[in-house]
Amino acid sequence: MTKVLIIAEHDGEKLNSSTAKTLTCALAIDSASVEIAVLGGLQCDAVCDQVAALDGVSRVLKLAREENSVPVAAVYAPQIVELAAGYTHLIAPSTTFGKDLMPRVAALLGVPSVTDVMKVIAPDTFERPIYAGNAIDTVQLAEGISVMVGTARPASFKAAGSGSAAAPIEAVETSAALPTHSRYIELRQQASDRPDLQSAPKVVSGGRGVGSGDNFDVIYALADKLGAAAGASRAAVDAGFVANDMQVGQTGKVIAPDLYIACGISGAIQHLAGIKDAGTIVAINSDADAPIFEVADLGIVGDLFTLVPELEKALP
Amino acid sequence: MKILVCIKRVVDYNVRIRVKPDGGGVVTDGVKMSMNPFDEIAVEEALRIKEAGNADEIIVVSIGAKQVQEQLRTALAMGADRGIHVETTENIQPLTASRMLLNIAQSEGVDLVLLGKQAIDDDNNQTGQMLAALWDRPQATFASGLSFDGGKATTIREVDAGLEVLEVDLPAVVTVDLRLNEPRYVKLPDMMKAKKKTIDVKTLADLGVEAAPGVSSLGVRPPEGRQAGKKVETVEELVKELQARGLVND
Ligand SMILES: Cc1cc2nc3c(=O)[nH]c(=O)nc-3n(C[C@H](O)[C@H](O)[C@H](O)COP(=O)(O)OP(=O)(O)OC[C@H]3O[C@@H](n4cnc5c(N)ncnc54)[C@H](O)[C@@H]3O)c2cc1C
Ligand SMILES: Nc1ncnc2c1ncn2[C@@H]1O[C@H](COP(=O)(O)O)[C@@H](O)[C@H]1O
Repeated sequence: MTKVLIIAEHDGEKLNSSTAKTLTCALAIDSASVEIAVLGGLQCDAVCDQVAALDGVSRVLKLAREENSVPVAAVYAPQIVELAAGYTHLIAPSTTFGKDLMPRVAALLGVPSVTDVMKVIAPDTFERPIYAGNAIDTVQLAEGISVMVGTARPASFKAAGSGSAAAPIEAVETSAALPTHSRYIELRQQASDRPDLQSAPKVVSGGRGVGSGDNFDVIYALADKLGAAAGASRAAVDAGFVANDMQVGQTGKVIAPDLYIACGISGAIQHLAGIKDAGTIVAINSDADAPIFEVADLGIVGDLFTLVPELEKALP
Repeated sequence: MKILVCIKRVVDYNVRIRVKPDGGGVVTDGVKMSMNPFDEIAVEEALRIKEAGNADEIIVVSIGAKQVQEQLRTALAMGADRGIHVETTENIQPLTASRMLLNIAQSEGVDLVLLGKQAIDDDNNQTGQMLAALWDRPQATFASGLSFDGGKATTIREVDAGLEVLEVDLPAVVTVDLRLNEPRYVKLPDMMKAKKKTIDVKTLADLGVEAAPGVSSLGVRPPEGRQAGKKVETVEELVKELQARGLVND
């Protein structure tokens, strides 16, 4: 008998879109028995309601306490360990939140962790990418592992729907002693009105070829015309053109938009690792031999400072 | 302060990965091997902490076959003080690695353990978190900033939503991200000097840990490749193609 518990990711008000994708992964393990835990501050009811509305959830566990208002892995992990009894699978999204948290949970339980599940083959067997997605490994849990702990790669799963029914929400309490050795100070965020990079159906990205932070205006103008999120290569982030949360790739965000437009990006394997699951990839690059053209569905060779504004104007 | 830095030998990040025809992993014969790029950043950070007067000793450790001593030597040439080689030809997974690292961190009495945020071969992104859990100490993962004040460290973490500032008490485990620093180049004379530094060799038995794999690989395959599509000549053509695919309005 399997029974899956998902750890929801949220910001205190809104559920992160990766949670509904993790749910699809969980339903592939057990379509009848998936519960979701919301660890949050005292005012996390809105998040619980969003979770309860997701299709296929049997029950929502609400762990509301002041210490949970910010996601500190060392604080969350012992509580999840206490909740774990009775579950065969504990899964979180493969985001910085889930990757920080789940290995800590696994080690406390004395079991391995499976990072980046991209496909469920059987309840104990999963596919996951290795070598920046240049190889796919099928891994099976060893016999005697009591609980599968892991993270689901959001780009590999469609978001579960919501709204058909509301699952019951149950408040639960844990007695786990919480450490005070880790203190969350603040989150520094770039204000942006553009859609969220991780869930946007369209993304326009710029690379080193864009040349400067000011020049990124051409990228933003196209993104805004398309209603797209803006992304970047590591080189563009390292050079200080844009903030780190815009990085796409092996060590940045792994995304699967319907449309990805790469401008002035060469297409290093580490960047491609982040866009393998995109629907249509468009490349705009002045070098006809840039590796990005080997994966692009549509390519155009030329100067991005001419082509990108031209494209922006040509779009209805 | 005493710092332990963990180093993994991996296929160099520039190598084009090929999956073995029998599915038994990827081709590593005759392939360039290097220190995991994140670990190089961890070594560099330890050196900078020491150079700033905040540490007295840097120990580098690697778990693996004989050859990992090459990467330990590189770290010693960069400036680390001594090395520990846990020698094994077994497949060592993060939980097992973290148990060994715990043993070393405790017996050496270190105040800070620096690791890469992930090894670029298996892309597990687990070892630091597991070590912190077993040690019952703080973890600051994906660090792109690190500073010290008494018995505390302030870390800047690269998270999906931006930059998170987390303060932790020492001893602590920190896993490093790419933007923490730029590692120095090793000069030839340093390579010579590093030959005189010691590397202690230990066995799994010395550390009281067994190599019990928690997961096994049933087979490795290449990913579904993307095909090169077509090149268009003009923006007008590009817009038509996008419209034909229903990606932009007519
Ligand atoms: C461990 C590791 C992890 C990494 N993780 C990531 C990651 O997550 N994401 C990531 O992106 N990278 C990552 N990298 C870095 C990666 O290897 C590349 O260095 C990086 O992606 C290059 O960025 P770029 O394409 O913007 O720059 P470049 O490779 O310098 O390419 C710039 C491109 O712009 C084009 N260009 C220049 N001017 C113009 C113009 N006027 N008009 C049109 N085109 C122009 C050039 O032809 C060129 O193709 C990682 C590297 C390592 C070692
Ligand atoms: N065999 C090993 N020897 C030493 N350090 C390791 C080893 N495996 C992993 N590590 C450390 O743990 C980090 C994360 O690895 P992983 O959890 O495998 O992605 C690496 O960047 C290293 O710092």
